[in-house]
Amino acid sequence: MRALVVHQVGPGVAVQDMGRPGFLAKGLTRGGAADLRAVYEGAALLRQSADLAVLEMVGTGGTFEAKEPLRIALTGAAMTVAVDGETVAWNASHMMPAGAKLVIGPSRDGTYGYLHVGGGFDTDAVLGARATHQSVGLGDLVSAGMILPVGPDKGRDVGMTLARDPRFSGGDLRIVPSMQTEDFEPTIRDRFEETAFRRDPRANRQGVRLDSDGDGFSNPKQLSIVSEVIVPGDIQITGDGTPFVLMAECQTTGGYPRIGTVLPCDLPRVAQAPAGAPLRFTFVSLAEGAAIQARADADLRRMGQSVTPLVRDPHDIKDLLSYQLVGGVVSATDTPLDEG
Amino acid sequence: MSEQQKFEPKIRSVGLNGVLVTFGEKATDAANRAAIAFRTAVDTQHWAEVEESSSTLVSAFFRVDLAAHRFDKIHDRMQGVLAEQDWANARLPSGRTLWTIPAVFGSDRAPQLAEAAEAAGLSQAAALQELTTARLRVLTLGFAPGQPYLGTLGEHWDIPRQVGLSPNVPAGALVAAVRQICLFAKDTPTGWRHVGQSAFHCFRPKGGTPFPLSPGDEVQFTDISAKELARIEAHNDEGAGAAIREVLE
Repeated sequence: MRALVVHQVGPGVAVQDMGRPGFLAKGLTRGGAADLRAVYEGAALLRQSADLAVLEMVGTGGTFEAKEPLRIALTGAAMTVAVDGETVAWNASHMMPAGAKLVIGPSRDGTYGYLHVGGGFDTDAVLGARATHQSVGLGDLVSAGMILPVGPDKGRDVGMTLARDPRFSGGDLRIVPSMQTEDFEPTIRDRFEETAFRRDPRANRQGVRLDSDGDGFSNPKQLSIVSEVIVPGDIQITGDGTPFVLMAECQTTGGYPRIGTVLPCDLPRVAQAPAGAPLRFTFVSLAEGAAIQARADADLRRMGQSVTPLVRDPHDIKDLLSYQLVGGVVSATDTPLDEG
Repeated sequence: MSEQQKFEPKIRSVGLNGVLVTFGEKATDAANRAAIAFRTAVDTQHWAEVEESSSTLVSAFFRVDLAAHRFDKIHDRMQGVLAEQDWANARLPSGRTLWTIPAVFGSDRAPQLAEAAEAAGLSQAAALQELTTARLRVLTLGFAPGQPYLGTLGEHWDIPRQVGLSPNVPAGALVAAVRQICLFAKDTPTGWRHVGQSAFHCFRPKGGTPFPLSPGDEVQFTDISAKELARIEAHNDEGAGAAIREVLE
């Protein structure tokens, strides 16, 4: 049986996929991986469908053993990792021989790390998906002693890598106006854009609380509003003026007003921001937001083209002379690139 | 009410995730009926850009990828459907389900009936009479999967939430506030008053009908004894709670 045995595991490890669309009318949100970009990255590294289930690890991973040879890939928040005692690269694919031990430790940046296996995790689907949706009791967290079945793997590539995307330390986020944005006074919206927020330690798969110095963002003329649709990325302002970015496991409706909505392509940056990381919001128009998102969606579809071999032996590089060998050398005088 | 008649339906974008059509500023029965009827009318047209739809107390929501489809075009199509009729007076769609759900009212299984009756200015007997004769509608499902908000009770039932929370009201509970009854899908801390207790499971993820209720369905409660409820609970693996369902024409 193709499977991964769980010997020891951290407190927030769960099977995830792209979630369960189609049940909004029934009061069930889509859920799924907190960092969908990481799911696409793993799929690109293993050259398989992004719909296959993965293991999401919050803060730390665990100790796993392959029952049969398994291709694996590691994406999202970089964690310490070794296969049979030997450190391997994050954001890369590797071969795990039968019986090999994979040890994944604490994250060094970001919040959510992902373990992908060739063929995907083949746990039982409920309501059309394998995603664990803890707050509604769909699926269980992974615990020691579990044997996670793995699907058949048609791929062969390993030892591939993707350039690290800079989304693991907070930064700038683009938001579009949403249904209640106009209900906020322009001065409050301006102040919201000017504020340097920090990710509060209180954050989970339902929402991320934002800290800031100074006044809250309650609207003085705010009416008691009727509960209305929530979508992931909505920034709700609670009664005391605190903003929360709502994430994959948010509820389907809520009674707090929303000041704006983070673009889906920027949501992984919110998910991954570690506690205390700086976050800043800028409004873009709906048309601009749509254009930015459409480009990001196209990039996700093309991600496979950016996958490169992990180690390049110069003998394997036929066109060595065409390589710009000094690229990447840090200049002592240039301003470093802003990764935000 | 004239205030309701003056409300022009509003079409708004929700992030880049969809389009919301709102029929009222307050949670009125007319706005809810309009939202349910409008959602069904658009759904029956099977627009390619709509991935799924839902309805809230006062709005119909259509999930559309606004990075792939222009909002202004969808806005205009929605406007076209809005102009077809007066949605505040639209007929509710046919084929909805009428549920008859047995429940205990009062006793130690639902200890706040007397308190809720008093808040509504009714005797306990009159409150029971109203709660078991009113034909309630599933206004929307939410907060927990499959969990219905039922309405609309008479104006005297516009009772506020209690100030302190009841720490843990069990699944299957009927709780009352703001002219609505909520039937809890799971154990929940709440400020709503616990007036009845059923064995009806609103969310059955492993069964053939994971979400028995839909917005627009109608619900009628019948009064049973605590002993009868215990009997139903003893044989309730499917979670049906001895409810009876029939299709409304």
